Amino acid sequence: MKKKRLIPVLLLKNGWLVQSKGFKEFKNLGNPITAVKRLSKWASDELIYLDISRDDEYDLRRDDLNTPNRHSIFEILDDISKSTFMPITVGGKIKTIQDIHDRLSRGADKIATNTQALIDPSFITAGAKEFGAQCIVISIDAKLIDGKYRVMSHNGSVATDYDAAQWAHQAQELGAGEIFLNSIDNDGQKMGFQIPLVKSVSEAVKIPVIACGGAGEWSDFAEVFDETSADAVAAANVFQHVDQSVHLAKKYLYEHNYPVRPPELLGVEERL
Amino acid sequence: MTKPICILDYGSGNVRSVYNMMSLLSQDVVISNKPSDLQAASHLILPGVGAFGSSMEKIKEKIPLDLLEELVVTKKKPFLGICVGMQVLANKGYEFGEHEGLGWIPGETKHLEVNDLPLPHVGWNTVSVKKETPLLPETKEDIHFYFVHSYAFSPTDKKTITGITEYGESFCSMVQKDNIMGVQFHPEKSQQAGQILLKNFISL
Repeated sequence: MKKKRLIPVLLLKNGWLVQSKGFKEFKNLGNPITAVKRLSKWASDELIYLDISRDDEYDLRRDDLNTPNRHSIFEILDDISKSTFMPITVGGKIKTIQDIHDRLSRGADKIATNTQALIDPSFITAGAKEFGAQCIVISIDAKLIDGKYRVMSHNGSVATDYDAAQWAHQAQELGAGEIFLNSIDNDGQKMGFQIPLVKSVSEAVKIPVIACGGAGEWSDFAEVFDETSADAVAAANVFQHVDQSVHLAKKYLYEHNYPVRPPELLGVEERL
Repeated sequence: MTKPICILDYGSGNVRSVYNMMSLLSQDVVISNKPSDLQAASHLILPGVGAFGSSMEKIKEKIPLDLLEELVVTKKKPFLGICVGMQVLANKGYEFGEHEGLGWIPGETKHLEVNDLPLPHVGWNTVSVKKETPLLPETKEDIHFYFVHSYAFSPTDKKTITGITEYGESFCSMVQKDNIMGVQFHPEKSQQAGQILLKNFISL
């Protein structure tokens, strides 16, 4: 049986792992590669890696004198793909077919695109034709405005005319393989997911929906699976603060009979 | 000195991921299509992502197939096909038209029949080991692996099926005929389970 997924999200700003609140406040959490190694050990199902830098400066020098200075997301990707063996989605600054190619060839399995797909929806089709629908994840940042879930572009700063469910459906028709849905209102609030949003989007499409934004308790993940048909739950902040966080969240879901991979810390190794 | 493990190079997208994981398991791994490297190798791995027809075209163009066939079919070097690398073991594939495969294990690669479920089949799913295989230890529990595909290999001789997976229908997710093995999932993306499988393969 195919399983529901639990996905840590890593936000990268200028080469650093950061925490986000409402897409506005950011707190530096340190070296993204160390974080990836930690999350990889804890039986995450996939990783989503979002580059939210506003300029192209990457600098990991402060972390450790022994760590070489890295200048681009590609070198960071190189390191990640050597230390983690699960599907990796990379988003941020993807504007062309070449941008997709460059990320896939450095170890990413899928790319997430947001603003570029809104500016030029045919980019979705072009990407899916070239690399397969499973490679193209449409990232949607939604905000509740006048009772409607509006799709926001440019890192949540510009409101578009699209309703989230409507845009998700259109993206699916254009060839998207997956929807990564983020609630700007719930981001960093730790009050649970925006369930009506997740419900409306996951009912509007057949492709998998990854729900993100607002997880504070392990039971918040369970609520998504209870109330919506989302295929995966994702979170950033909550996984960075608690020791063995992904494992504990997985254990919670597994013990409450949700269809997830077993939570053993070392995967199958111990059982076999 | 040990003999190298050769990951066959024909421009497949996941070759780097396979190489990264193999490098954890062995100090001597090459990505190559040179006859001398194929000959020197202890084990051969055919990675794959993408469509059957275009993969077969690239395989024919880049890899010395007569030599590969001699090494695998006649000299019986351990061979592992991953994803499309397993699908092309068939005689024929039906993705975007009809295409000839390697034909090393009789059968056809066909579209999954999944009713209303979305395709491609992407995500973590379980493999039930149906027959003793050196790739996985015998276990009562199903083992989780990561899948990305819309087509699957259906072998003519059901005895070659070593593992099955459910997605709308039961399909063959592991196949083996003597030294020739194939897995539909991606061990290089399946964390420890994948690592164990690849370690078992190179221990042959």
